[in-house]
Amino acid sequence: MTITSVPAAGAAPIQDISELGLRESATFDRATIADIQRAAATGVYDIRGWGAKRKVPHFDDLLFLGASMSRYPLEGYREKCDTDVVLGDRYASRPLHLQTPVTIAGMSFGALSANAKEALGRGASEVGTSTTTGDGGMTPEERGQSRHLVYQYLPSRYGMNPDDLRKADAIEIVLGQGAKPGGGGMLLGQKITERVAGMRTLPVGIDQRSASRHPDWTGPDDLEIKIGELREITDWKTPIYVKIGASRPYYDTALAVKSGADVVVVDGMQGGTAATQQVFIENVGIPTLAAIPQAVQALQELGVHRKVQLIVSGGIRTGADVAKAMALGADAVAIGTAALIALGDNDPRYAAEYSALGSAAGFYDDFQDGRDPAGITTQDPELSSRLDPVVAGKRLANYLRVLTMEAQTIARACGKSHLHNLEPEDLVALTIEAAAMARVPLAGTSWIPGAGQGGF
Amino acid sequence: MVTLTAPETFAPTAAPDAGQAVVDLAISSVRELNQAIHDAEDGQSWTVTNPGGKHSLAVGIDADIAVAIDGHAGYYAAGMHQKGSVAINGNAGVGLAENIMSGNVHVTGDASQSAAATGHGGLVVIDGNAGARCGISMKGVDIVVGGNIGHMSAFMAQAGRLVVCGDAGDALGDSIYEARIYVKGTVASLGADCVEKPLREEHLAELAELLAAAGRTDNPADFKRYGSARNLYHFHVDNSTAY
Repeated sequence: MTITSVPAAGAAPIQDISELGLRESATFDRATIADIQRAAATGVYDIRGWGAKRKVPHFDDLLFLGASMSRYPLEGYREKCDTDVVLGDRYASRPLHLQTPVTIAGMSFGALSANAKEALGRGASEVGTSTTTGDGGMTPEERGQSRHLVYQYLPSRYGMNPDDLRKADAIEIVLGQGAKPGGGGMLLGQKITERVAGMRTLPVGIDQRSASRHPDWTGPDDLEIKIGELREITDWKTPIYVKIGASRPYYDTALAVKSGADVVVVDGMQGGTAATQQVFIENVGIPTLAAIPQAVQALQELGVHRKVQLIVSGGIRTGADVAKAMALGADAVAIGTAALIALGDNDPRYAAEYSALGSAAGFYDDFQDGRDPAGITTQDPELSSRLDPVVAGKRLANYLRVLTMEAQTIARACGKSHLHNLEPEDLVALTIEAAAMARVPLAGTSWIPGAGQGGF
Repeated sequence: MVTLTAPETFAPTAAPDAGQAVVDLAISSVRELNQAIHDAEDGQSWTVTNPGGKHSLAVGIDADIAVAIDGHAGYYAAGMHQKGSVAINGNAGVGLAENIMSGNVHVTGDASQSAAATGHGGLVVIDGNAGARCGISMKGVDIVVGGNIGHMSAFMAQAGRLVVCGDAGDALGDSIYEARIYVKGTVASLGADCVEKPLREEHLAELAELLAAAGRTDNPADFKRYGSARNLYHFHVDNSTAY
């Protein structure tokens, strides 16, 4: 690859740094240098969206052991491999029955345009899965186009409305996000338009602070009572999810179960966000891969694995990721960033406009600025009108179908007639780190690093 | 303690007509009470006896009914109240009338912490004292407290009015947005970006109306008004030590 430098003022341009024989510091690489220079120039930390960018042990570090002699595969295009999942049948009288275990994670109207929210609803509904609200409440467009809509109950309680609560197909109590466990949020004033401000009861154009903790309860004992209240208000019809940012998933999952959750949602550090401090995104929380076995262990020890369902999110991109998460014990997955890309986020056709914003297609993450050329993470009417919710919804539906079919393909190769029949025994790890985190053997060995010591 | 066992289907044994219905929680369950008031029609009234500090009493009311609770209530009494009235003739636990949308809730005794948290509208009257974080993240509710309130009250309060006839604890109105606070007694300390503001004629009139609605005879001129200095509405690095 040719790397072109930025020449100093008055200096002759250098076309190719590699010709100079320079060696980049692993500690102070160009991205780090740029971060320091930006901090020195502005005096504020960098805020952005789109989740962690650093490489951490992930699903890529796992491989499936397809069937050969000792296992018996299913015919790829002949034999049935079911994909449906029931979520929330522990106490609720109206659990969700989804046709695919790939759901859409919570993303707010405000962070996203109304057209983007509508497109998410359209795409999810077309394939029989659910989408989720976010900070800012439920929009009519979203409810109208979402066959299964999960209503997030967030610390900020922006847009919280008991009428909407009763319209929801499930309620997700949000305790944290994978991108920022323990952190609140900041939606900058340029995205607080009249409609967003009205839904959040805020003055137009001010910076909105999202709380990091719920205002009327603190620990798990309180949460149990809070869940009781939500059940009473919805007459025990609506499933209650509890979403945690992956940091201590063993303990948090156990406490969510104890508190009465029907479904536990664990969001790993690769999970996206609309906007928070980069240093937070990259340094708080644990990888999705490391979080799943801990959460599953908690469910198994409590005797509720598959009874209290587990949804895993944070960096799901392919059907292989879906299958691996389910093999490790998840009942379903949720996608956020990947869903936005499917809608048209970071589309190369807007390359010139990304460049004008100091970014590039594939790199744009300044969602807080509200100037998204793709019309997705913006409240600008002109920009948001670029996204056709029908077309974008169709793209999302296509992508969800591909994820589902890819996962089915792998499951059949492992001899499974349902995605839920995938199991850790179907997996091996490529690295010692991944083997230890996922608690599956290093490929070609029977060695699970830390086995017998990694539990709680 | 909330039971996590799925409730049996409840069919009210005696659907109330226009008259008063009584639910005795020594006999009936909270589930039965809430299902009955969710099935209720406008104009009906209910009396709840032997509440025994149970949680989630009379939550999610969405009809113009009147509920009187004779005794102490636990957490989240009258939570997400939307219409009608709830009177608690006793004390209330954490999260009284949390996220109230409209209507009114009246407690004759004291309320624990986070009273009327995130309330969007309606009127919450507490004749006694309220604990910490009263009116936290309030979004349009009116709150009148006859006694004192605890620390961090009206934290991140966005809209509505908080009237305190006694004293206020530390960090009152921290990070307040457009809510207005009136305190008759002393304020231990003001939170970030909360300042005392002039009490003009329109505020005296507003205060008189709120006090009257709460059935109080305090003199509005004895109160001080507090609100946002609006210095922290936009993040600025020079304000970083204020948070």
